[in-house]
Amino acid sequence: MHRFANPARFLRLARPLTPALFWLGLLLALGACLWGLFAVPTERLMGDTVKIIFVHVPSAWLGMGGWMGIAIASLVQLVWRHPLAGIAARAIAVPGATFAAICLMTGSIWGRPTWGTWWVWDGRLTSMLVLFFLYLGYIALANASSEKGDTSRVAAVFGIIGAVNIPIINRSVIWWESQHQKASITLGGSSIDGAYLAPLFVAVAGFSLLFGALVLMRMRAALAEMRIDARMRRMADD
Amino acid sequence: MAHRKGVSTTLDTNGRWWFGMKPKHQRLVLALVAFVALIGAGFIAAAALKEEASYFYTPATMAKAKIEPGKAVRLGGMVQKGSIVRGADGVSITFIVQDRDATQKVAYRGITPDLFVEGSGVVADGRLRPDGVFVADSLLAKHDENYVPKELADIDMNTAEHTKDTLSK
Repeated sequence: MHRFANPARFLRLARPLTPALFWLGLLLALGACLWGLFAVPTERLMGDTVKIIFVHVPSAWLGMGGWMGIAIASLVQLVWRHPLAGIAARAIAVPGATFAAICLMTGSIWGRPTWGTWWVWDGRLTSMLVLFFLYLGYIALANASSEKGDTSRVAAVFGIIGAVNIPIINRSVIWWESQHQKASITLGGSSIDGAYLAPLFVAVAGFSLLFGALVLMRMRAALAEMRIDARMRRMADD
Repeated sequence: MAHRKGVSTTLDTNGRWWFGMKPKHQRLVLALVAFVALIGAGFIAAAALKEEASYFYTPATMAKAKIEPGKAVRLGGMVQKGSIVRGADGVSITFIVQDRDATQKVAYRGITPDLFVEGSGVVADGRLRPDGVFVADSLLAKHDENYVPKELADIDMNTAEHTKDTLSK
């Protein structure tokens, strides 16, 4: 782990990895969406509306997975004081918030024809909305402290505390009666027919790779900015 | 020693390590303890919210909660097979909502959502009438966790439970 904490070594790895993740992710995500849009049977009760699953589920996964990434990176930042960890946590925040928002929007669009409502305040929907607000809070906190030039510990602590919401989202449909149905894919198996499951897995893989590419791009941009800042400061001192 | 770079200044007032731990390990232990405490707090809060945070009553929990007539509540469960009776006026409907242990008769006037079929989940806003019938102001259809192509569920469009047998084969 310490090996990759070195920014120079990280950049050597990230430079070729970014386009690889990006193009493979784009190919898989687009392919899965086209597959889901044109080559999947209509669902028994929902008809064609089911096809929104190929965007909704990857977004939900990345919205929640993104926060777990922030929490783990924040923990590494606080415990081992790796500068790259703080940069990684910040880089995840904006894509994570975006996917959480996409999850909420696609869910709303899906809910109108199938449930009969755009929105209800049940455990799952509410806890997912809380996740989106946590992202906004994290982004504001990280930006407010970044003017000092280093990654702030306040944001890292917030990132770890916010992780409490993740198991709540996951368990919400089990702990409380909710409008949202229970999990279709569990460790025990899947109640989604293979005709939908296969493109769904490809979509999750594709969007995840895209997410990784976005995070790497943002980390490289942050490192480049820090170098510019350092150079400017040196020039000002001269 | 206490002035070495990277030495933790917190909880290190005597200039000695906790049980001989390095600062980095101190931080790790602290972070893990904080994390476990937070998760525990989350679970306790969730358990305390158990009843209040539920989005609806099922017929069994509603009977247990002794809801008084006229109080606005939400009822959820499965629409019992063969229980939907449509009125002569075309918009009145009665049906029975069931969970594993109990049933509740529901009356509703209005257009039902597309996913509202017998054997499928439903959530109804409304209140109990003194005669024990639940009068719904609005109906929401619930989707179960199964996703099944139309061709596989061809035998009976209205039978959601059928899909589980189809999938297990």
